[in-house]
This record gives sequence, structure tokens and C-alpha cells, in this order.
Amino acid sequence: MELISEVTHKYLRTKKKFPNVWCAGCGIGIVTGAIIRAIDKLELDRNEIVMVSGIGCSSRMPVYVDFNTLHTTHGRALPFATGVKLAKPNMKVIVITGDGDALAIGGNHFIHACRRNIDITTILINNRTYGMTGGQFSPATPFMKFGTTAPYGNRERDFEISMLAKAAGAPFVARGTTYHVVQLQKLIEAAIVKKGFSLVEVISQCHTLYGRLNKEGGAVEMMVWQKEHTMPIEAAKNLPPEKLKDKILTGILWNTELSEYCEEYDKIIAEVRQDTKGE
Amino acid sequence: MKKDDASAPEKSMLLQGNEACARGAIDAGVRFFAGYPITPSTEIAEYLARNLPKVGGKFIQMEDELASMAAIIGASLAGVKSMTATSGPGFSLMQENLGYAYMAEVPCVVIDVQRGGPSTGLPTKISQSDTMQTRWGTHGDYYPIVLAPSSVGECFDLTIRAVNLSEKYRTPVILLTDEVIGHMREKMTLPDPKKIKIINRQKPAVPPDWYQHFEINPHFISPMASFGEGYRFNVTGLTHDPFGFPTSQPKEIADKLSKLKNKIMSHSEDMIQVKDELIEDASIAVLAYGSSARAARQAIRMARQKKVKVGLINPLTIWPFPEDYLRRLLNQLKLILVVELNQGQLVGEVERVSCGKSEIESLNRYDGELITPQQVFNKIMEVK
Repeated sequence: MELISEVTHKYLRTKKKFPNVWCAGCGIGIVTGAIIRAIDKLELDRNEIVMVSGIGCSSRMPVYVDFNTLHTTHGRALPFATGVKLAKPNMKVIVITGDGDALAIGGNHFIHACRRNIDITTILINNRTYGMTGGQFSPATPFMKFGTTAPYGNRERDFEISMLAKAAGAPFVARGTTYHVVQLQKLIEAAIVKKGFSLVEVISQCHTLYGRLNKEGGAVEMMVWQKEHTMPIEAAKNLPPEKLKDKILTGILWNTELSEYCEEYDKIIAEVRQDTKGE
Repeated sequence: MKKDDASAPEKSMLLQGNEACARGAIDAGVRFFAGYPITPSTEIAEYLARNLPKVGGKFIQMEDELASMAAIIGASLAGVKSMTATSGPGFSLMQENLGYAYMAEVPCVVIDVQRGGPSTGLPTKISQSDTMQTRWGTHGDYYPIVLAPSSVGECFDLTIRAVNLSEKYRTPVILLTDEVIGHMREKMTLPDPKKIKIINRQKPAVPPDWYQHFEINPHFISPMASFGEGYRFNVTGLTHDPFGFPTSQPKEIADKLSKLKNKIMSHSEDMIQVKDELIEDASIAVLAYGSSARAARQAIRMARQKKVKVGLINPLTIWPFPEDYLRRLLNQLKLILVVELNQGQLVGEVERVSCGKSEIESLNRYDGELITPQQVFNKIMEVK
């Protein structure tokens, strides 16, 4: 059996682009590892994978991995990815984004990608803050938590990301954490295999900014918090509501079948195409 | 649109400017269009929504212009010739990702069918007030290619040229039309698509291990692989090294920005086209582009009948600005009259090049109406 690190190294641009920009203890590296292992497990051809991202800590991931990689503008990864996918529908398109990137500046693109149901796997790494710019509050920062731009406590409420995606039309919505790495890898595998728009929200830790500002401890303490405050959706089914208080559900939260956009467009082409008729 | 046989050779038709752009795009090989409805450009999207799938291409209506610009960049990186079309407010929204396309050297075409501004301005009325926005619309140092047709026939020809130049130089090209050019109908003869000269981006001749997506070479144009061809390169809007990885090294930064400049400026002669008329013996020139060139052409003919030695300079390429062409005429021209449907934009460039050698006069109209030949004629007679 191969060591996990050996699997990971096969997919990293080790010669060119390290060390990375992430702080020691950051959750984004854990997510990177889970994505790589999922891709390895599924035995996908790395030439057929396009990883697209926006701007932010998590969006730096494509630079380090050995796929076709596209690091775009803030919030716009999904429309860039939409163009790539429509141009080459056979390629696997994976979008890496963060809570600020996907839900604030890219919020409109996010709901429309869900609605359009184009076959893109979106990994949304939610650390509840803007890390790269230094810890400002984001659309995923809970009420009364602190950020450098919420010095008196955040008076806005955070998005319920999975409900937002489901309501916007996404056929596959999952949630994992950086603590539960085995589950996370399985969720990513399922999302990649899913035909249609799939979202995996990953609850991650930013101990250097969010953790410090909110006195939630270091990376270890924040991951212990994840362990204690989450519950697999399967386990939650049989529990009374009072036991689920303050628990965040993980696993595949929503999974349904809808026709996929690129396939729908191919039907149009098959119907009206003229230039190859008679050939 | 009942019968659309875009493939029929050599055919005379009554065509709308926007439709001519859309037809030109298909003939130039554009197979992906992403757009958002906006007056007065929407007919381009409508035509391509109907006709792109007929040739195996794809149309998508995105959620806004930011997304439209992003989608065409994505499709182009995946190897498909791509285009969008918009007008002022949408063009403003596209500036962010247009800058990305300059930085990441992604071929694509943006058509801006101008209307009055600023802001929502005059959705259904003509203006040429985006001229400087096409030059400096996005942040940072960059060198755009901008073409300005003044007839339906030129809409068709210059759309093809825009696609070809974008492919050849790996850069966005802007086609700057306006409400009148976009909506008017003129008779034109469509060429046989097989006889149209098509340029495709240069592909790498090296194996993936040697490939540099942003290679710096003597002609400044890097060969371009597409996603899925085994090259697995990185593309970023961050300032990058020749491999496409973010850099903060001063030499790599300067090399990249110099490359972006040299790529355009060292090939500007290939990009610049000027259509002049009666300029050989002229001591006065009217310089006009787009819709105003139509009125100016008529006006110089009227003035010639009054024995005024006046000619027309009609740049079809406004950026890079045809400064060498103009400089050669400065000893001959005592006066240049710049006619624009704005408060004076390209005139600044004419003044810069003239350096006081020729006198510069401006004729501007910005009330949402076309300038008339009589107005231009009167101005010629006033300043001659």
C-alpha cells in the first residue's frame, strides 16, 4: 500500500511552486489532500481535470497541484469554469472557492451555477473569514462573532450555505469538515462522480485570524470543536431535536436527479445542426 | 429569420450592423458566445443564440456581464474561439475580467455597441463616448487593439479581423461600434466563407515538460496550448513568470509587463488600418471614426466642390493609435478637424501626436443624435 504522502506528492507541482502561502495548521492543505486522494481513488486522468478558483487563501490551491489550473478573479471562478466546461464538456471541472469568494463577491454566480445545473464540482472551504486580507467578517461569519471589520461583534447573520444551494437548484449538496478527513474524501468522490452541479462545503479552521479574534484557540482546539459540534446526517435521523441542538449536520445533505446543462445544450445542437448534415 | 443559410457563397443581402457582426463571428470561427441582454447590442446575442448551435457552437446567457466575460475566457482557454457583445454599462462591468484576459493573454473578442453615458445614459441613442474606456477601461498598464467600423460591411469584415488579430496576438480585441452602426441596415455582399482568411492561435511545438505558457521570445507572442491537451499549465491574473506561476521578483514582473507592451507595439503596423480619402493634396484633414466618419466623408466631398483642399482620415484601428501614419502628414496638414460624438476623446491623442505642428480643431456632438454632413461641412468652411 502506498503511503498517503506518496499519493499526494504524485499530484503536486513540487519542483516549481512550494512552499505554499498557507499558515501552519490551516485547514486548506487538508482539503487539498482529500481532493487529491479522491481523484487518485477515482483513477481520473489528470490531463482531463481543470481546477478553477477565485481569489483568497483557498483559491491559491490550483497553483500547487498538477492539473490544468485556472486561478481567476475574485468571486468569478464559477463563470470561468462554466466557459471551460461548455467548451470541453468531457473534462472534469472542479472549482475551489472560499466563503467570501463564493458567497459575497461571487454570490450571484454561485446561485446561478446551482440553478443552471452545469456539471461542475464546487468545493467551498468555509473558514468563516477573509483570511488573505487579514480576518474581516464574511457572509459565513456567525452573528456576534468577531472580525477586524466587526470589532464590536458581527451584527449580520451568516448564510445557511447548504440550504442556499439547494434552494437555488443544486442537485447535490454535501458538508464535511477538515477534522473528518475520511468522510471528506468520500464526499468529494461522490461530488465528482455526480452528473450536475455539486457542492461540498468544508468547515475549516483559520486559527491565526478567526480563531484568535474569537478566542477559539489554535488549529487543534478548532478541530476538536468541529468534532464536538458536527454529526453525520445518518446518525441525526434517529435523534430527538434537543440532542441536535448546536450540531452541524455532515454528509450528503441533498441528492436528486436533474438534467444537466451541457447535455441539454447538446440536444439543441443535435436538433438544429446544419454544417454536418448529409455527411 | 426564416431561412438562415449562412454557408451560401457570395450573396447580396440587406443586413443590420449587429447581425453582420454576428455573421462575421461565425465565419471567423467563433464557436462560443456568452452574453447578457443590453440595448443596443442584443441582436448579436439573439442571432448567435439561434445560429451558433447550427454550426456546432454554443451560446450561453450568463447572469451578468462579469460572468459573460469570464465565460468567454474560460472557453478560449479550452481552445474555442470566443466572443461577447455589450454596450456601455455592460462594458464597464466587463473591465475586471477584460483586464484578466490582457494579463493572462487570452484571445477573445468583445463588441461594444456604444450608447450614451455616463451610467445608464441613453440606451437607445448614439454616442462615441466609450473611446477612451476602450483604451484605459481596466486598471494597470496594458495595450488594447480596438477596431471601429463605420458601415455594415465593415462590421462584418472587422469582426473577422478582430477574431484573427486576437488569435494571432493572444490578446482581447475590442470592436467598437455604436447604436446607429449596430441598428442600421445596408446592402452588403457576403463573401464565400471558404475564401475568408482565418488565423488560428499558434500551438506549442515542444513537449509538455518544456512548455512555458507565457514564454518570452523575440516576437513576444507565446504559443498557446489548450486545457486538455496534456500541457497542464497554470493561468493566473497575478503577475506571473513564463510558466504562469505567481511571482514577486522585480525582473520577472518587469519582463511580463514589457512583453505585454511589446507584443502590441512592435506589431502595431500589422494591426493599424486607416481608410483615407482625398488626402494626397489636402491641407486640411477631417479625422473621424465609426458613425461620424460617414458624415465626414460626405462633408469633405461637399467642401471639395467649394475648392477646399480637404481630405478624410478614417482610422479603422483606433488603438494602437495610428500615430506614424498621422506624423507623416503633419508637414502637409495645416489643420486637423477631429469629429466625435463625445466631448472630445480621441482628439487628445491627435494633439499628442501633432505636438503643435498642425492646428487641431474639434467638432463634438453629444445630444444623442448623429452629426450631420452639413454640420461637418459648416465647420470645415468656418476653420479653413
